[in-house]
Amino acid sequence: MKAVRTVAMVFLILIAVSAVKPEWWTPAQYDTQFRDAPDAPPSTRFLLGTDSLGRDRLSRLLHGTRVSLVLAPAAALLSCLVAGALGGVAGLAGGWLDRAILAAADLFLSVPWLFLLLMVRACLPLNVSPMHSAAITFVLLGALGWAAPARVVRAAVRQLKDSDFVFHAQAAGCRARRLLWRQLMPNVAPVLLAQFWVAVPAYILAEATLGMLGLGVSEPLPSWGGLLREIEGSALGSQMWVLAPAFLLTAVVGSFRLILPREDYSV
Amino acid sequence: MKRVFWLTAAVSLLAGIAAGAELRFALHDDPKTFDPFLAADEPAEAVRYLTEGVLIRINRLTQQPEPELASSWKIENHGARIVFHLRSGVKFPDGSPFTSADVVETFHRLLDPALHSPIADTFKTDKGAVQVRAEGPLTVIVDFPAPAAGMDRLFDQVAIVSAQATQRPAPGLGAFLVAERKAGVSILLKRNPAYWKHDADGRPLPRVDAIHLDIEQNRDLEMLRFRKGELQFIDKLTPDLYERLAAEIPAAAVDAGPTLDSEFLWFNQSPRAPLPDATKEWFRSTAFRQALSEAINRADLCRVVYRGHASPAAGPVSPTNKLWFNPGVRATAFDPGDAAKRLAGAGFRLDGGVLRDQHGNAVEFSLITNAGSKTRERMAAMIQQDLARLGIKLNIVTLDFPSLIERMTRTLNYEACLLGLVNVDADPSELMNVLLSSASNHPWNPAQKSPETPWEAEIDRLMLAQAATADYRERKKSFDRVQEILHEQAPILYLLHPNALSAISTQVAGAKATPFFPHTFWDAEHVTLKSRAAGGL
Repeated sequence: MKAVRTVAMVFLILIAVSAVKPEWWTPAQYDTQFRDAPDAPPSTRFLLGTDSLGRDRLSRLLHGTRVSLVLAPAAALLSCLVAGALGGVAGLAGGWLDRAILAAADLFLSVPWLFLLLMVRACLPLNVSPMHSAAITFVLLGALGWAAPARVVRAAVRQLKDSDFVFHAQAAGCRARRLLWRQLMPNVAPVLLAQFWVAVPAYILAEATLGMLGLGVSEPLPSWGGLLREIEGSALGSQMWVLAPAFLLTAVVGSFRLILPREDYSV
Repeated sequence: MKRVFWLTAAVSLLAGIAAGAELRFALHDDPKTFDPFLAADEPAEAVRYLTEGVLIRINRLTQQPEPELASSWKIENHGARIVFHLRSGVKFPDGSPFTSADVVETFHRLLDPALHSPIADTFKTDKGAVQVRAEGPLTVIVDFPAPAAGMDRLFDQVAIVSAQATQRPAPGLGAFLVAERKAGVSILLKRNPAYWKHDADGRPLPRVDAIHLDIEQNRDLEMLRFRKGELQFIDKLTPDLYERLAAEIPAAAVDAGPTLDSEFLWFNQSPRAPLPDATKEWFRSTAFRQALSEAINRADLCRVVYRGHASPAAGPVSPTNKLWFNPGVRATAFDPGDAAKRLAGAGFRLDGGVLRDQHGNAVEFSLITNAGSKTRERMAAMIQQDLARLGIKLNIVTLDFPSLIERMTRTLNYEACLLGLVNVDADPSELMNVLLSSASNHPWNPAQKSPETPWEAEIDRLMLAQAATADYRERKKSFDRVQEILHEQAPILYLLHPNALSAISTQVAGAKATPFFPHTFWDAEHVTLKSRAAGGL
């Protein structure tokens, strides 16, 4: 099992490295339209062929990987930070604050997030660059995704709060701030880390879903979601290469799952 | 008796017609209503077309009005009156006879302001109401408050309903009746046993016994089912799917040529729009709009996005519309050099690859379009690259349709918009609600109290003038000038006219696709299904 995790880790590093400098591997920018060669099959000029506007698929795949792999962890970090703060406060404070935060979490979990995202996205300013648009999409995903991890963090904090070592620390005169940073946080960190690793692939898939609806990252910037949309309506029998983004997404999400430490689920 | 059966079977086999035939195709959404007066969405219009009878039908192939429930008609009073002579012997499915009382009741219901019928809008004028009265059981007189151009064509959409029906909507006078509806799944239409029409050989129409309409939003699934022989028609194929079908079953893929529809973009010129003054100044500059029109490669849009199944647009009228197209107006040629010169002449300058106006503002704006339309997203991406050559930064934003409409019609909070217009009629009056400056659908500056520019005032005058006469030459002269003004001022950059791409199964005989809605099933009553022995799929 360890070997499989190592392979997954190496694969993710390879993908990350090739996405950092896509221009080393590709003949053209991701937005250059070779209008004389739309939907070209793989060739020495275009290793994965071109899309319907004549743009190099490999270049778009690598740039899309960069967008998704940078912004999805950032969004996951955002939701884990919010979840850590709110879940921690709820767990520690208890009482009406705990109930209020739990109620807010339940509300967020019951809201159909896709419609909420569509609504919030429609209210945002129009004149933003594609990169900012991508960032906004992921910030929204991160800001709206705190509820589930917050409940997990709250449960962990409540469990820790009633534990013997916290009781001893309090008996020894440990102040609340020190108790939080030195006693509770180190023990909650693995829980948050697990939530982070769970959130990363979830956000990649969420952006892909928004992309399928045409509401993800805006043109001409590629993302996995946007690239997956191109599969729709393609003649897969004769154009297997258009499935490359789906294979890559599956492999990356699978790899994230594999490198996730299993013991961290136990909380 | 046995002899009669075998004789019938033999005749059917020889004719290659499947007995008990059921035609099957898909609607891309559930009809929003079955009330023929309220149908505004395409699925509802399709059901209305198949199930309701009208006084005059526009032949989708010839584009000429043909008698239906009215055996003849006459336009009198200098184009302000139409007298219908109704067909005798026609009956509703409940057995009641069709008379002038039904036509009067139809218009009484249709023009009821409480109904808010979109079809009634086409009969409304600012000069008064349309008056409908019967003169005997088979004559109806319709008086318009003023001469109305192309008035006979308006009746193609008016379904005649029974005056005696106790519940609404009631079965109509069309070739088919709604027999069963499973919301969101399917609609079954069965042949109307009381249908009045016969073919040239005297056989009763329609030739098929039923039409099964599946509600299928996924175009890939629709294509899959068509290829398996489960569906016989597909209307409005996307260029991608059309190309795939043409490669697999060439005989089934039909390109009926340019439609009346157009794809275009416009700039928000409304003074009420919450946009920076500099942006408004660009959009109100004719030179700016003309330059951008020249910078867009329409031929590439047709070739790359539509795979060659579209033609560059010069204006709102497609060349298919031979009666009203102005051949003197040509699609703007792609000329980025001339566009740059035009911009320089208007005070714009290129500064390190960025176009700046005379105040030093970088020219950057957003283009909104509806999410989910691959063709529009691709067009937007190509326009983005074309404009980048001039140093213009274009941000593409796809919005869900309600948000898009909210911005276009209420908040006016957008800069430019890429959309299309579906024209169902070839008459210029169809464009009144778009071209009149007072219209709420006037895209670039809606609902003006009075025209804000001299050229908009001239368009208003010409459009009203063409609508106020029945003389074709006078109307054509006015409308030709409207097309010229639109080309000169470029408030809307007309990009292309897409072709009507359809699929007609080889199981079907007698179907012919047209560029006009409904493209494939407009003559469903004459369509027959071949038996498998006769060569169907």
